[in-house]
Amino acid sequence: MMLEIKDLRAKIGEKEIIKGLNLNLEKGKVHAIMGPNGAGKSTLSKTIVGHYEVEVTGGDILFKGESIVDMEPEERALKGIFMSFQNPVEVPGVTNAYFLRTAVNAKREYEGKEPLNAAEFLRMAREYAKLLGMKPEMLNRSLNVGFSGGEKKRNEILQMLMLDPDLIILDEIDSGLDIDALKAVSEGINKIKSPEKTFLIITHYSRILEYVKPDYIHILKDGKVVKTGGYELVKKLEAEGYKAIEEEQ
Amino acid sequence: MNEEQKKIQEVVSREYELGFSVDIEEETAPPGLNEDIIRFLSKKKGEPEWMTNMRIQAFHIWQKMEEPRWAHLKYDVIDYQSISYYAAPKKKPKSLDEVDPEILRAYEKLGIPLEEQKALAGVAVDAVFDSVSIGTTFKEKLKEMGIIFCSISEAIKEYPELIQKYMFSVVPMSDNFFAALNSAVFTDGTFVYVPKGVRCPLELSTYFRINAQNTGQFERTLIIADEGSYVSYNEGCSAPMRDENQLHAAVVELIALKDAEIKYSTIQNWYPGDEEGRGGIYNFVTKRGVCAGENSKISWTQVETGSAITWKYPSCVLKGDNSVGEFYSVAITTKAQQADTGTKMIHIGKNTSSTIISKGISAMRGQNSYRGLVKIQASAQNARNYSECDSLLIGDKCGAHTFPYLESKNASAQIEHEATTSKISDEQLFYLRQRGINEEDAVSMIVHGFCKEVLANLPMEFAAEAKDLLNLTLEGSVG
Ligand SMILES: Nc1ncnc2c1ncn2[C@@H]1O[C@H](COP(=O)(O)OP(=O)(O)O)[C@@H](O)[C@H]1O
Ligand SMILES: [Mg+2]
Repeated sequence: MMLEIKDLRAKIGEKEIIKGLNLNLEKGKVHAIMGPNGAGKSTLSKTIVGHYEVEVTGGDILFKGESIVDMEPEERALKGIFMSFQNPVEVPGVTNAYFLRTAVNAKREYEGKEPLNAAEFLRMAREYAKLLGMKPEMLNRSLNVGFSGGEKKRNEILQMLMLDPDLIILDEIDSGLDIDALKAVSEGINKIKSPEKTFLIITHYSRILEYVKPDYIHILKDGKVVKTGGYELVKKLEAEGYKAIEEEQ
Repeated sequence: MNEEQKKIQEVVSREYELGFSVDIEEETAPPGLNEDIIRFLSKKKGEPEWMTNMRIQAFHIWQKMEEPRWAHLKYDVIDYQSISYYAAPKKKPKSLDEVDPEILRAYEKLGIPLEEQKALAGVAVDAVFDSVSIGTTFKEKLKEMGIIFCSISEAIKEYPELIQKYMFSVVPMSDNFFAALNSAVFTDGTFVYVPKGVRCPLELSTYFRINAQNTGQFERTLIIADEGSYVSYNEGCSAPMRDENQLHAAVVELIALKDAEIKYSTIQNWYPGDEEGRGGIYNFVTKRGVCAGENSKISWTQVETGSAITWKYPSCVLKGDNSVGEFYSVAITTKAQQADTGTKMIHIGKNTSSTIISKGISAMRGQNSYRGLVKIQASAQNARNYSECDSLLIGDKCGAHTFPYLESKNASAQIEHEATTSKISDEQLFYLRQRGINEEDAVSMIVHGFCKEVLANLPMEFAAEAKDLLNLTLEGSVG
């Protein structure tokens, strides 16, 4: 098992948002989470990566069998957990390339590998950027500063490719993307899909799921997983909405 | 450990190393300031009578002046009579081989081994230990090109015409309280003269270091770039840990004649004091350059990380038509440090232009003030100025203040001023940490991004040092 979430409870401020959630993410599988706005999907991802706003009040999260709830965010990241941000923050003056290389080499060091030199790094970054339809100049710009919505999302995927994580959480990576961007992002995802990796794709739309075929669909509502099924759940949702699934319970 | 981490480790373990002091015999004047002390000091240095008289004149001016208190700084009254105004290693070595090994070790500990510096590409070092120059390298090579690079004491004896013509011409002894004090008691410093049409092929560097306890430091630097010449000068300092506050009142004068350019870079790392500011250096500096001839240029770049108190406004007087003044500054205040720094750009000539880029970083209880004056005189037809003053706050107990002053007497002037204040946001830190970058490195990355435009202006060798210093200074200021 890649990730086991057991009876998880978490709050932001005084408000409990994750309310006894159970979820298992299998190694080598693509899991999708769908659910109405405000259900707690983003909060769940934030809890997994150790976001400072979220306080875990009960339950546990095991990553490859090890509890991570008390770990610093960077430690979780180094162990192989990646989350794409819904709204990546701007960092003026820090070039995308410098940031990426620092992150990649932090991970390599953690794994006891030699750091990538500038040439190796650039070759790799340019290749992936090309795959994602990003201009090479994007690497020299300040991190996320003045990036369009689509550019930010592609850049998140670029980071994913470079860091080569094991558990990949994509929070609304498809929101606001035009069809070309969506295809590029999906291509990036499919590029590193492997029996060793697990995806958790949070989305409102079936569009992306047509490109990245999920093995499981989970419906999240009011801080809990209320239904788990196969790809057919998406069709059902599209036809009948969350309401129907709720009533079915 | 990777390279990056090793470097951080190295820098971190240096923190306390910088706070050592070396045991050497000193010949120190008794504390206090009066005519006799000044005569003693001047005699010790073997100065000609005219210089002694200048000092006495400055002393009389200083006696009538009052210590300025307008800066946004808080500190106890300084007792000028408790300071010792002269300290020097007893014997003056003729070459590096004769330098006290203790002193050489001190430089090595500070990461500036003279021996290696000599070999370092393009760096000539004039090291000032306490008040007397102890070693000068590359002097011969420079001499062949007609470039004079020596201690100010030596210049007073060897090049009296240049000294008499230019010293006090940019910063008159009556300029301000600290400049007057310096004029009376300056002990040593650097003199540079680059002759007509010569491009100085080396970065000229000086490292200052306070060593003698309770000894004021009064450096005096004079740089003259004759017509069509170019020189880049680097000044860097670091000071040992101390219990008592130490006064540092330097004066730097730059003169750029027609078509000449001077680039002056500083890394200032005097001991900042403990969490309460105890024992830190008081740094009251007067730095000014005059673009005397047309098409001349003076560029100040400074990275200010040290001192308990910094009072410093490197300025440009743009006299020559089409002359250019630049000021690039990063000032960090952390712990209980206070900095009141900025620049003055005085436009006199036609088509003169100036650029001011100031980046202030405040952490812990640090207080950082930018104070800048842009003055356009009636004669300065078509003058232009661009100013950008950005402040970055780390935590919520620190402060940033901006005091921009503008006086324009010519309607053709184009002046632009931009100012921003931002905080390192939790979201920025989290984003970087989610990518596996630890908190300290994340802070350092954001800070370096913030000061990039300024750091990019430093000479290569200096830039790496500045980066280490920024990291070291911000150690433990987050979380
Ligand atoms: N920083 C916050 N402060 C207060 N409430 C929050 C915060 N972030 C999210 N919430 C609340 O938590 C609930 C779940 O939000 P979220 O996890 O973003 O839902 P989803 O991603 O499923 O739309 C919502 O009611 C939202 O208003
Ligand atoms: Mg959400």
